[in-house]
Amino acid sequence: MPMMTLIIKRVMMAIPSIIGVVIVTFLLTRMLPGDPATYFAGPAATPQAIQEVRVKLGLDKPLIHQFGRYVLDLAHGNLGTSLTTGQPVSTELRTRLPASAELTLLGLLISITIAVPLGIVAATRPNSVLDHTCRIISTTGVSLPVFFTGLILIYVFYYLLGWAPAPLGRLDVFYETPPQITGFFLIDSLIARDTQTFVAALKQLILPAVTLGVFSLAPIARMTRASMLAVLSSDFIRTARASGLSTWTVVITYAFRNAVLPVITTLGMVFSFLLGANVLVEKVFAWPGIGSYAVEALLASDFAPVQGFVLTMAVMYVALNLMIDILYGLIDPRVRLEA
Amino acid sequence: MTTVPALRVERLSVEFRTRSGIVRALDNVSFSVRKGETIALVGESGSGKSVTAYAVMGILDPAGRVTNGQAMYGEIDLLAASPTHLAAIRGREISMIFQNPRTALNPIRSVGRQIADVLIRHGEVPARGALPQAIEMLRAVGITDPARRASAYPFELSGGMCQRVMIAIALAARPSLLIADEPTTGLDVTTQAVIMDLIAELGSELGMATVFITHDLALASQRATRIVVMHAGHVVENAPTTALFAQPRHPYTAELIAATPDSATDLDDLAAIPGSLPDLRRPDLPLCRYAERCPRKTERCAQPLPQTAIDAEHIVACWNPIPVQAPLKRAVGAS
Amino acid sequence: MTDITAIIRESRVASLFRHSRYVLAENPVTVFAFALFLLLVLAALLGPQIAPYDPLASNTAQALKPPSAQHWFGTDQLGRDVFSRVIVATRLDFFIAVASVALVFLMGGLAGVAAGFFGGWTDRIVGRIADTIMAFPLFVLAMGIVAALGNNVQNIVLATAIVNFPLYARIARAEANVRREAGFVEAARLSGNADWRILVSQILPNVFPILVVQMSLTMGYAILNAAGLSFIGLGVRPPTPEWGIMVAEGATFMVSGQWWNAFFPGAALMIAVFSFNLLGDGLRDIVDPRRRT
Repeated sequence: MPMMTLIIKRVMMAIPSIIGVVIVTFLLTRMLPGDPATYFAGPAATPQAIQEVRVKLGLDKPLIHQFGRYVLDLAHGNLGTSLTTGQPVSTELRTRLPASAELTLLGLLISITIAVPLGIVAATRPNSVLDHTCRIISTTGVSLPVFFTGLILIYVFYYLLGWAPAPLGRLDVFYETPPQITGFFLIDSLIARDTQTFVAALKQLILPAVTLGVFSLAPIARMTRASMLAVLSSDFIRTARASGLSTWTVVITYAFRNAVLPVITTLGMVFSFLLGANVLVEKVFAWPGIGSYAVEALLASDFAPVQGFVLTMAVMYVALNLMIDILYGLIDPRVRLEA
Repeated sequence: MTTVPALRVERLSVEFRTRSGIVRALDNVSFSVRKGETIALVGESGSGKSVTAYAVMGILDPAGRVTNGQAMYGEIDLLAASPTHLAAIRGREISMIFQNPRTALNPIRSVGRQIADVLIRHGEVPARGALPQAIEMLRAVGITDPARRASAYPFELSGGMCQRVMIAIALAARPSLLIADEPTTGLDVTTQAVIMDLIAELGSELGMATVFITHDLALASQRATRIVVMHAGHVVENAPTTALFAQPRHPYTAELIAATPDSATDLDDLAAIPGSLPDLRRPDLPLCRYAERCPRKTERCAQPLPQTAIDAEHIVACWNPIPVQAPLKRAVGAS
Repeated sequence: MTDITAIIRESRVASLFRHSRYVLAENPVTVFAFALFLLLVLAALLGPQIAPYDPLASNTAQALKPPSAQHWFGTDQLGRDVFSRVIVATRLDFFIAVASVALVFLMGGLAGVAAGFFGGWTDRIVGRIADTIMAFPLFVLAMGIVAALGNNVQNIVLATAIVNFPLYARIARAEANVRREAGFVEAARLSGNADWRILVSQILPNVFPILVVQMSLTMGYAILNAAGLSFIGLGVRPPTPEWGIMVAEGATFMVSGQWWNAFFPGAALMIAVFSFNLLGDGLRDIVDPRRRT
């Protein structure tokens, strides 16, 4: 089946990326200026403690040996231990991941829901008010620092208008977290049929998700508009119009499905930005995700969580790009059938 | 063949707004096609043949505007009809096929579905029956193994097959008028003949009128019973094919014929048409746009173009048409 | 020989100038962006001179005062004048932007043209490096690099350059590939120039116009990157005035209503990046009118 072949091929192509990521994260710690042991022992460590850490982590062994150990540890899911909490990094990352994921996905959803129709309408009505609005939003959106947007939203909607709750995390203290199934509060509370918790979780989610949404709005809207413009002037759209097909069929079924292909490719780049912006938004809104975990560790000079964070984000990013590639293949038969 | 016109284009004028000025692409273009008749719109690249078709179909580029004229399809003026009304007519009563068939089809939709889309749109069949009917259409246009081919994508088919698919799409709703814009350009000679035969055959089956748009006078002479010669947005001559070749009256027509090779021509004898198309953005465009290249130009040519009727079937737009002479040695063309 | 090449170069510059004037006349937005850019450059150059107060002078009695006639942008939690700090910070952020872009142009540009020109192993290695960098979400990689190498301006510049390396390498490589067989390259080779010299003196300058559009956009990104890193404590350290750090310090106060602390540096960030982006778009029109969006 051409689809399976495509998937396998893409997975194979992702493997060198993962290898590269592992090597780079290894190097980030081992090629540090100074003694890596001090990083892992922490700023308050005595020379003895540092020596213990050095032996324990095998930092006195040759580099190749260290790399082997590193890879072996990774294979067992061992990302080291956090100095500040004493917990294994992998456990903490796993517990906190749903918080970041829920936030990022909701932000992306908001962004796509606005950006794509905006781009389509801007392309079908060139030089209209909507078109110019789209272009202004695109240029401004790209220039706004994401943490700035977050702060302004808090100021306006929490401080001035009082509509949004205090930016203190995922759920107000009065509510209990819903029983964990996916880790996504929105989904879990619905499964538990707890509409009050659902609403409370949603209220906390709105501002940070909108912040991320505003951030990713611009590239998606811009690409949708540009892609639609290009497709709408192509030969096959002329044929579709000449055949009398309805406007919806021409614009959506024919034009948009073709135009969405470059937009999907853009999503890869958007994810790269989003995963980075996630860290900043989590700091602004005190969101207990993996981004804030890494930032807190950084401030405490606790290095193992930072390394684990970078590795995890990179692997997730490779996986996301893989899924985007496969999605592209699902929509475009030319890619499928050339495999 | 009745004399009732299927389509009557009257004084059609179109202009395009571009960065470098207004292009007066069409100026007072008039011609008509009768039910079941096959005519050809002939002219150089840039003569406005395709623009005429796009204007009639209502698919002009957004920068283009119809500034004058009517396109009467029965009682309806296509140029004044509402978009909804037009969309119902397009594909159903009047269809169009284009050159470059591969790019003219949706690359990520199977050809069967593209035909089905038209069938469903124009209410020919209920949704469930659309795909089987589409397969029948593929068979009718001569595609072998139509059931399997229906799920193929355009990039998997040859240029000739793609053109057949376009014909299937255009004829799916049994239109009474087909406009074929350079349908065989880019296809090899054998396929060209096959496609033209297919169009003729299906056309006569449906009692359909056909307008061929082409720069190839030889092709036009073989397939059309009437030829409308266009130059720089004007209709310069409009005559039955035999009459046109036997006695071309407009100097441009004569040059075109002289430049068209047939099997008997020696390449050394081929004439080139002197000069080139005038820049249609010029504000000082002469009333006769051929005047500056015309060997027969006189002072009368500064006046607005006449529509001189040589006889009931033959019109020429010229103040100094070629005088009647002995029939030309070359009698290219069909009956 | 020299005279002719000088004449040709002169006329090329003259025609570029004429073309630029024409595009600028058509495009008021670009003129606006350019004016804004010049304003920023002025602020960067003259910052410390025109600032009304010492950006580092704290005055706790005057802490957290809203904008007024004496303090146009108000004061921060240590009583320092926000306006002065914002103006003076222009220099640092500008420096980071320019340095990052210069570094990535050299690194990415050279690597890219080498890869495109020599092909083979050079191409493969540069490609592998670029792919590995692109496998990371960009900000996360920058975080990792600065965390590993230490919190200072040099490392921010280096991290930004590394993160943008793949893009520049790819553009440069494509251009070099095209020009590898060009006439003037052959001529240079025949007159005995070493390959490296050809690369630097002939191909790299030709690649420059194409990259200059990207460089303007990268400047905007570099500032955002530096500000973001500073915001999470990975960049410039206090009390150095830098827009990102100022927003970070002001963030806590924004929640309780003292908005000016974080707002003005944030707005300055936005205006700077905005003007770089507009400038980049305008430059794109001058360099390659086909690519207008």
